[in-house]
Amino acid sequence: MKYFLTSALTKGLVGQILTFIVSYGLIRNFRKTVSGWEVPAPELSGWQAPYDEPAMVLATIISLFGFLLACGVVSDWLKMMAGQKPHLKHGAQGKPEWTRYINIDVNHKVIGIQYGLNSIFILLVGGLLAILFRLELALPGLQFLQDGSQYNTLFSAHGIIMIAAIFAGVGAMTNYLGPVLIGASDMSFPRLNAFSYWVGVPSAVILLAGIFMGGWDTGWVGYPTHSTTTQMIGVQMFLLGFYLNGFSSIASGLNMVVTAVYMRAKGMSYFRMPIFVWAAVAASILQATTTQTVGVALTMVVAQRTLGMNFFTPVISPELLAAGVPAGDPILFQHIFWFYSHPAVYVWILPGLGIISELLPVFTRKPLFGYKWIALSSIGIALVGMLVWAHHMLTSSMPPAWKIPFMLSTLLVAVPTGVKFFSWLATIWEGKMRFPTPMLFVLGAISVFLLGGLSGPILGTIATDMHLHDTYFVVGHFHATIFGGFVFPFFAAIYYWFPKITGKMYDELLGKIHFWIMVPGFWVMSLLQMRVGVLGMRRRIADYGSDLGIQVEHALITVATLAIGWSILIMLYNLITSARKEELAPENPWESRSPEFLAPSPLPEFNYLAPIEVVGEPYDYGLEGATYAVVPTPAGD
Amino acid sequence: MAVAHGHDDHHHGELHNPMEPTRQEQIVMNRFGLWLFCFSEVFLFMALLAARFYLWRDPVQGALRPELEQGPALIFTCVLLVSSWFMNRAEVASANEDMKTFNQSLAMTFVMGLIFLLGVIFYEWGLGLAHPHILPTDGAFGAVFFAMTGMHAIHVITGLIFVAIVWRNGNLGHYSREDHWGVEACAIYWHYVDLVWIFFYPAIYLIGIGVHIPGH
Repeated sequence: MKYFLTSALTKGLVGQILTFIVSYGLIRNFRKTVSGWEVPAPELSGWQAPYDEPAMVLATIISLFGFLLACGVVSDWLKMMAGQKPHLKHGAQGKPEWTRYINIDVNHKVIGIQYGLNSIFILLVGGLLAILFRLELALPGLQFLQDGSQYNTLFSAHGIIMIAAIFAGVGAMTNYLGPVLIGASDMSFPRLNAFSYWVGVPSAVILLAGIFMGGWDTGWVGYPTHSTTTQMIGVQMFLLGFYLNGFSSIASGLNMVVTAVYMRAKGMSYFRMPIFVWAAVAASILQATTTQTVGVALTMVVAQRTLGMNFFTPVISPELLAAGVPAGDPILFQHIFWFYSHPAVYVWILPGLGIISELLPVFTRKPLFGYKWIALSSIGIALVGMLVWAHHMLTSSMPPAWKIPFMLSTLLVAVPTGVKFFSWLATIWEGKMRFPTPMLFVLGAISVFLLGGLSGPILGTIATDMHLHDTYFVVGHFHATIFGGFVFPFFAAIYYWFPKITGKMYDELLGKIHFWIMVPGFWVMSLLQMRVGVLGMRRRIADYGSDLGIQVEHALITVATLAIGWSILIMLYNLITSARKEELAPENPWESRSPEFLAPSPLPEFNYLAPIEVVGEPYDYGLEGATYAVVPTPAGD
Repeated sequence: MAVAHGHDDHHHGELHNPMEPTRQEQIVMNRFGLWLFCFSEVFLFMALLAARFYLWRDPVQGALRPELEQGPALIFTCVLLVSSWFMNRAEVASANEDMKTFNQSLAMTFVMGLIFLLGVIFYEWGLGLAHPHILPTDGAFGAVFFAMTGMHAIHVITGLIFVAIVWRNGNLGHYSREDHWGVEACAIYWHYVDLVWIFFYPAIYLIGIGVHIPGH
């Protein structure tokens, strides 16, 4: 308890809350006394709140600095600015080993676990919100919510909170696995790595606080003109939390690219890098670049709400109109927003698809089919992904001549993705398959991602999108791509590297139960979502008519959601109890050729006792006498 | 639970990384990282430019721009661009361990950067004028004008702080012929901020048909 109260996490949270309260009070009173401004008291409904909006925005921004300064993640940089030369501090600093996870630590494995724990925590919160509104949707009519604005807050928060969880999950995989797989001791910039993690914590707090500080009803996209005019001022917390999360993305993206370029082991040419690293680099390039544009879009909405700058409202005073001064345009937001937010989904699925390619050869005991094509297809998806954004706007007032190129570029994404699918099929072909839990999740991921992939071109084609836009078909498609492309591979990775991370083995039976509840449950949920969408169920509404004939489907979707929720709890129980048991895991439980499985478990502080050397191809499973990496073992073994 | 100590024989938890990059290797990575950061920021400024060209247009006339005073903006621009020359001079001086030129040049950089910044704030934004040329609420002109100049000004402020830190650390003797990464980083950043302005200045002040904003 003493360690917990003095941890960086506690200090940061206390610092954030205190700076928020103090600065909100000061700014609020300043505005009240100096400018005589009073908070208008509109009729508040649902979770709307009577906050002074500009003061809330400023106080929220200041509270981020409060967190960062109080938790100490920027102390070393401040010391450098003051002319000192602080050393990197390694290890637990004399405290118990577990305290490293709630304190500032520069070790990439610790940061990876921090990301993972954070991800699972936020995932549970976002999942809970989903279960709440699925219960609401189980029957026509309003069940327990008072009005639509509560429902709106729930689904909007579910969207952005899950996105934060997924980014944390991506961070967990790239941070933990990246340096380990390339034979490095750490990332290129360990302090920046810690910063990327810690800046995500206050932004998650801001997002969660937004639910209770007014809520917001804009969905996770926050389109103007609704987001610039809505009375639910929690939208500001959403915009700022989303924006601040971007710092985390940009910094960790840069770090991963530099690490992969400069920290590879001796002998590891680019085409001998593990395939996951290729995927992580492709995702990192997207993270480091496109995130900037969404920052601009979100800043503009905040500026329009707070300062009255007209970016997005197509209305202007008659005086300015007569002079020929242009007005704002809401379509601009959609362009800038989707230029990031479409590639963002590739940031989530590329590492996931990388995990599939990484694990398949291990469990089929065969070389990965078409290594170079797989490696380059990740880069291809990333580059094509930057050119498809306007397919989210096929039903908008964008000029029709722009829509066709975007339809074609969207369909082009299927080419590099297809390369991956055919490689997986060819890798499975005639393999000596083994089916432990990670392999089950890999196969489940492929099946679900296929569902998501096949429903994609239907939405990317203008003619069909006219009918399906903003229906539950989109919801079904999106969840299929994300579960297939990220969630299931993430679980596969957790089970696969669990013995490496903890040195203990998870419970195989519970793992299989998790799989056999979750994947069929997901199929039911996703297919039925697509079905009710085709039958006319719109997205983002709290209610539906009983005459639509989709009651049974909705009830089944809710049951499937609950099943998925329970299966996650089974996984958590499995992981927690397995990590605490005494019995050690076998040294190389999967007979992997990857260097980390040739080193002791859990990995030493700096991963390898001495530099490793790569002498062969990474995925030559089943070939006699083939070696990938020479890993120094502790003396005496 | 996850991380075991690699070497228990080290005293007091002071662990030594057997694969720690040397200072020279770290500088190479730093340099690449900073250039990647600059590349990343390109997307930020491109988004603002996109907003400018998207909103400041007329379906018939094409590109528009607000009618602003040309003279002062041109002078501030020149001051900023010349400051880049002094920044470069400071970097070369640091590589030659020539403290006198280093101090002079950094001071010039700082002063010229500050003139630009104050010019933007008090003249272009009109905070020091009785009748500003343009207000944030002047339709898309005001919104995008303040977004572009404001985002650039934030970078100039960061650059000024950076210059001040480098000046102080230089006088504490932190930079040598072999290792003056701090100065180099500052110079790259400063040149980059200038480069952005080379794109922003014509986009705001030169391109398109000038439209007079009523009331100013």
